[in-house]
Amino acid sequence: MDKTVNQKAWFLVLPVFLVVAFSAILPLMTVVNYSMQDTFGNNQFFWNGVGWFKELLDPSTDLGSRFFASLWRNLAFSAIILAIEVPLGIVVALSMPREGWRVAACLVTLALPLLIPWNVVGTIWQIFGRPDIGLLGYVLNNMGIEYNYVSNEFDAWATVIVMDVWHWTSLVALLCYAGLKSIPDAYYQAAQIDGASRWAVFTAIQLPKMNRVLLIAVLLRFMDSFMIYTEPFVVTGGGPGNSTTFVSIELVKIALGQFDLGKAAALSLVYNLIIIIVCWIFYTVMTNAGAERRDEKGVA
Amino acid sequence: MARIDLVDLAQSYSGNDADPASFALKPVTMTWRQGGAYALLGPSGCGKTTLLNLISGIVTPSRGKILFDGVDITPLSTQKRNIAQVFQFPVIYDTMTVGQNLAFPLKNRGLPKNEIDARVAEIARLLDLEPFLSRKAMRLTADAKQKISLGRGLVRSDVAAVLFDEPLTVIDPELKWQLRSKLKALHRELDLTMIYVTHDQTEALTFADTVVVMHDGRVVQSGTPAELFDKPAHTFVGYFIGSPGMNIVPAEVRGREARIGGHPIALNRSYALPAGAKVELGVRPEFVDVATPAPGLISANIERIDDLGRVRFARLRVGDVKFAARVPSGFSVSGDVAGLVFDASRVHVYADSLLVEGAA
Repeated sequence: MDKTVNQKAWFLVLPVFLVVAFSAILPLMTVVNYSMQDTFGNNQFFWNGVGWFKELLDPSTDLGSRFFASLWRNLAFSAIILAIEVPLGIVVALSMPREGWRVAACLVTLALPLLIPWNVVGTIWQIFGRPDIGLLGYVLNNMGIEYNYVSNEFDAWATVIVMDVWHWTSLVALLCYAGLKSIPDAYYQAAQIDGASRWAVFTAIQLPKMNRVLLIAVLLRFMDSFMIYTEPFVVTGGGPGNSTTFVSIELVKIALGQFDLGKAAALSLVYNLIIIIVCWIFYTVMTNAGAERRDEKGVA
Repeated sequence: MARIDLVDLAQSYSGNDADPASFALKPVTMTWRQGGAYALLGPSGCGKTTLLNLISGIVTPSRGKILFDGVDITPLSTQKRNIAQVFQFPVIYDTMTVGQNLAFPLKNRGLPKNEIDARVAEIARLLDLEPFLSRKAMRLTADAKQKISLGRGLVRSDVAAVLFDEPLTVIDPELKWQLRSKLKALHRELDLTMIYVTHDQTEALTFADTVVVMHDGRVVQSGTPAELFDKPAHTFVGYFIGSPGMNIVPAEVRGREARIGGHPIALNRSYALPAGAKVELGVRPEFVDVATPAPGLISANIERIDDLGRVRFARLRVGDVKFAARVPSGFSVSGDVAGLVFDASRVHVYADSLLVEGAA
C-alpha cells in the first residue's frame, strides 16, 4: 500500500528545532567561535586558528601541562572510585534482605545520600573533616592520626574519594539489587541441589545475571566522576596546590578566573569530545551485549 | 539410589498451628521404591510441587519424616540429601559451556577429573548433547537448555532420586514427545528413582509405571495407569484422568441395584453403604453405549456429538447431570433423546467421593 507523502510534518519539528538551536547549538557555536580567536579586551577579537588547540594538546606549554595533569588526575579519580564503589555496591546488594519490611527500610536508607544536592554533600564533608570543629577531623587528630585535608595532599584525596563513595555507592547497590531480584528462585534451588558453594553461586549465577546492570552502573559512575566539580570544589577548592584540581575545576579557573576565553573554549571542546567518545564506546559495548541476547532469543 | 519413605509428612505454609484443612500438603504416608518411575499428577495448587520440594529439601516439612533407605534425612540440607531436581524452566549457568554445566554438580562434590569427564561424556551421549559440549550454554535454544538441565539432574550416578518439576513446559509439543521417550529410556538405562511432577495426564501416563494422583493437598490414589483408569479410588481421579472424564452421577444404591433419577440399573456386586453418605455412581464414557430409547433404559437428552475420529462421544444430560457416552460405530443418532446401556461390571459406587468395594 502506498503511503501518503506529506512533507508538512516537518513543520511539527520546527518548534523543537528552534528551542534546541537557541539553547544548545548557538551557545556551542559561540564556544567554537571563542576557541578560534584571541582577545585583549574591549570586545576586539583576532583570528587564532587552531592555535589554542595546539597549545592545549602540547604538554610542554603551561596550558597543556595543566590540562594533562588535571586529565590524569581525573582519570585516576574515576578509576579509584570505580574500583571501590562497584565491589562495595555488589557486597551491599548481596547482603540486603530479600523480603519483608526491611527491604523498604534498606531502600530508603540507601536512597538518602542520592537525594542530597552535590554542594550540600560537599559542605557536609567539608565541615565533618575539619580538625577544629568537624567530628571526623577532630576524632582522627585526637587518635593521633594527623589528618588535614587543607594542607595534606593524601588527606585531600582520601576525603574526596570517601565522600564520593559515601554519596554514590548506593546507586551501584540499588542497581545491583534490582539485578539480583530478577534472578528466579529456581536458579538458587538448582545451585543448592548441584551442591554449589556460596562463591560458586556468586560467580556462576549472580555475577553473570548482574552484568548488564553493572555495565550501566559503571557507565553512570564513570561519566559522573569524570565530570565531577561541585564536591571537590566545595571541600578542597582544588587544593592543596593543584592536587585535587580535576578537569572541570581547571576549566572554570581558566574561563572565569583568568578570563582566558579562547583557552577555556578549546579545553571545553576537547573535554566534550572525550566524553562523547567514552559514551560512544560504552554505547557500542552495551548494544553489542544486547544484540547477543537478542540473538540468543532469536535462535530459541 | 534409595527407597524413599514418607512418614506422616505434612506441610503448612502458614505455621504448624494453622487449620489442617488449609495445609498445602495434608499428612501422607507412602513409599517410593528404588528404581521406580513415578508421576505426581494433579491440577495446579494440589500440593504436588510442595511434596517434591519437601523430598528435595528446598522446603522443610511442618510435620513428619522423610526416610531414605530407612535413614531419617528430614533435618538434612538439600546438598546433603543427594537429590537431583530439574525445574520447570531451564536453569543453566550462562558463563559456562555445556560440558562445564554438566560437570558442575560433580565438580562441586570434588570428584576426580577423569570420572567427571567419563560421566559427562556418557550423559551427553544419552541426551544427544555431544556436538554442543564445548559451546556456551547461553546461546542454545530453549529445548537444548532444558536438556542441559535434565543432564545436570542425571549426571550424578549416586543420587537417591531425580525429581522433575514439570520439566517439559517450555518445550514444543513434538520435541516434548521425543524428550519424554528419552527420559523413559534413560530411566531404564540408569536405574534411578525418578519422580515426575505434571498436570498433564498424557505425560504422567506415558512416563510413569506408578502414577500418584493428588488433589487438594492429599494423595488420593497411587497405582498403575491401568488401575487409575479401571478403578479410580476417588471421584476426582475418575474425572481428572481420561478424556472425557468419568461420569459421576448422584444415585441411590440398595444391594445390587442402583437408581438414577428413579431408573434402575443392575450392579455386579452388592453394596452396603453407610447411612447419610453422599452416594454417586461412576462410570467411564467408554463403558456406556448410546442406544435407541427403549423401556428399561435410562433416557438422556443429547446435547451434541463429539467426533474424535477413532471414536464418537455423545454429550448428554440425565436430568440435571451432564453425561458422556460412547456412540457405537455404525449407530446413527436420530432425535434428541437416547437410551443408555451400562456395562455393569464397569460401574463403580462412591460414598463421599471414595470408592466402595462391593461384596460378590
